[in-house]
Amino acid sequence: MKPLSYSRLEVIADDIRQDIIKMLEHAGSGHSAGPLGEVEIYVALYFVIMKHDPEKIDWPERDILIQSNGHCVPVRYATMAHAGYFDRSELMTLRKFGSRLQGHPERLRLPALESTSGPLGSGLSQAAGLGLALRLDNQTHRYIYVVMGDGELDEGNVWEAAMLIPKYNLHNVVAIIDRNNIQIDGLTENVMPLEDLKLKWQSFGWHVIEVDGNNLESVVDTLTMAKAITDKPVAIIAYTIPGKGVDFMENDYHWHGVPPNHEQAKLALKELRSLKGKITGEHN
Amino acid sequence: MEDLYLHDFKKDYLEEPIRKGFGRGLLKAGQINSSVVACCADLTDSTQMSLFADNFPDRFFEIGVAEQNLVTVGSGLAAGGKIPFVSSYAAFSPGRNYEQIRTTISLNNRPVKIVGSHSGISVGPDGATHQMLEDITLMRVLPNMVVLAPGDSIEAEKCTIAMASDNRPNYMRLAREATGIFTTTKTPFEIGKAYVYEKGNDVTVVSTGSMTFQALLAVDLLYKDGIDVEVIHVPTIKPLDGQTILKSLAKTGAVVTVEEGQINGGLGGAVAELIGENLPVPLFRVGVKDRFGESGEPNQLLEHFGLDAEHIRLSVHHIMERKNHGNKS
Repeated sequence: MKPLSYSRLEVIADDIRQDIIKMLEHAGSGHSAGPLGEVEIYVALYFVIMKHDPEKIDWPERDILIQSNGHCVPVRYATMAHAGYFDRSELMTLRKFGSRLQGHPERLRLPALESTSGPLGSGLSQAAGLGLALRLDNQTHRYIYVVMGDGELDEGNVWEAAMLIPKYNLHNVVAIIDRNNIQIDGLTENVMPLEDLKLKWQSFGWHVIEVDGNNLESVVDTLTMAKAITDKPVAIIAYTIPGKGVDFMENDYHWHGVPPNHEQAKLALKELRSLKGKITGEHN
Repeated sequence: MEDLYLHDFKKDYLEEPIRKGFGRGLLKAGQINSSVVACCADLTDSTQMSLFADNFPDRFFEIGVAEQNLVTVGSGLAAGGKIPFVSSYAAFSPGRNYEQIRTTISLNNRPVKIVGSHSGISVGPDGATHQMLEDITLMRVLPNMVVLAPGDSIEAEKCTIAMASDNRPNYMRLAREATGIFTTTKTPFEIGKAYVYEKGNDVTVVSTGSMTFQALLAVDLLYKDGIDVEVIHVPTIKPLDGQTILKSLAKTGAVVTVEEGQINGGLGGAVAELIGENLPVPLFRVGVKDRFGESGEPNQLLEHFGLDAEHIRLSVHHIMERKNHGNKS
């Protein structure tokens, strides 16, 4: 894939946000806040960082992305469609009977997802297993990216893996934490305090980098830097705005697990098409 | 197949823990196939993985006391093309990590080999927390999962080697205590098959794991009582070899199931489902009856919970009554 300019990638990111809104409205259920907040992470991974080939999903040299917070799968489906894995029209089958785009990711129905997830906390462990397998096969030049939610870090399974990966110095595992500060029951710091998150991961033996997760250039730079660090595995704390791009959704935890209705979707799409009023034109 | 039947084991039988056979089988599987790897959750000696770990240190991973991690790391290893055996005590795996097994191994259909040691009441003094009685039931209801309970250490060795070349998720349960050896290296074993170990016409005893040894001991007692028992050993609980069982029941018309676990949903449950839909005959389930275990010596506990040869004998008498006089008896 030839490299795209940031201005082009920003347009793709905005298109993906619009697709997420349309998919969720059409599905009538699903999660809005997380997927909208993670768009830059997925654009960076699929359009800049990862070695992958939509035409050859079992390419032995590919990098692997495990989406541990499976409820955010709309952002992955939408990004994959834009990256050429399937036609964008298929996005409207999200959560429908017979669709490959299940409500939570299912590898057997869509093998390019690499794993099946939804129940939280198990992605990092799978990355650890993959990391061990790749090391046995002298394949440590391949990277394994794991996207986790911050609420997900309540799960003990995460910390079991967080101990194991530094033990074997699986430095080609890159953990990306979507730090959007919300989970279903409210703000993460009220539900179950996570801070000092950076210190926690550092004390578990990780090299921690913090980044503005909605700044595409910063996300790309950080993921690029992560590849160069080999003395420790890297955990990226990506600060994102849940519901990013849609004013009435941003930073409101009530949008964690609900889709927009028709009127809300119209409003959201209008805002996204005009990039929050920065653009006026045919769509208005 | 004829030479599969009993070889005078009752006179001078040897005893060995089933898990020892797993240890030897894993080493052999590792020698046969370099993709075989192993993970353990701080019970490497106890689950007998140490033989593999000593011989293939690069292919053995110590996960620590973290059973959720154990099976999910296994899923990742399988995703990376390896054949991972992951072991702990059955009370913890699949006891503690059931959801991880369900999502990342069963639904995800990764050929992880889950080995639960120290199952059953015969764990003994450790008591109820460590006596896993529900593992067969839990694992049997998972789609894609193969459930195995070899009967002795020799069969466990064969079973382990067979698991390494089976492309499905597998669960194998093992026991802690030394139990009687009733197979030989020549006894046939294939995943998915049940075997008639003793031919008879009056009642069929269907048993799994080390309980087949107790069932075979009961054969002699029953012979003296004038009852001719057929014994079917079921090392693969899922998929169940219904054909072999139904063929026997068409002849005998009554069945007693025997397992070292809860009768609800285990082998007894599986046989009840099978005959309920195909060939309703009187059924009696020998096993732990909807209760937990307790501390004690293994043989003491087998007797107390009604899992020894004598109780199997009484159960066969009971089912004979029902067969001959209807369900009112």
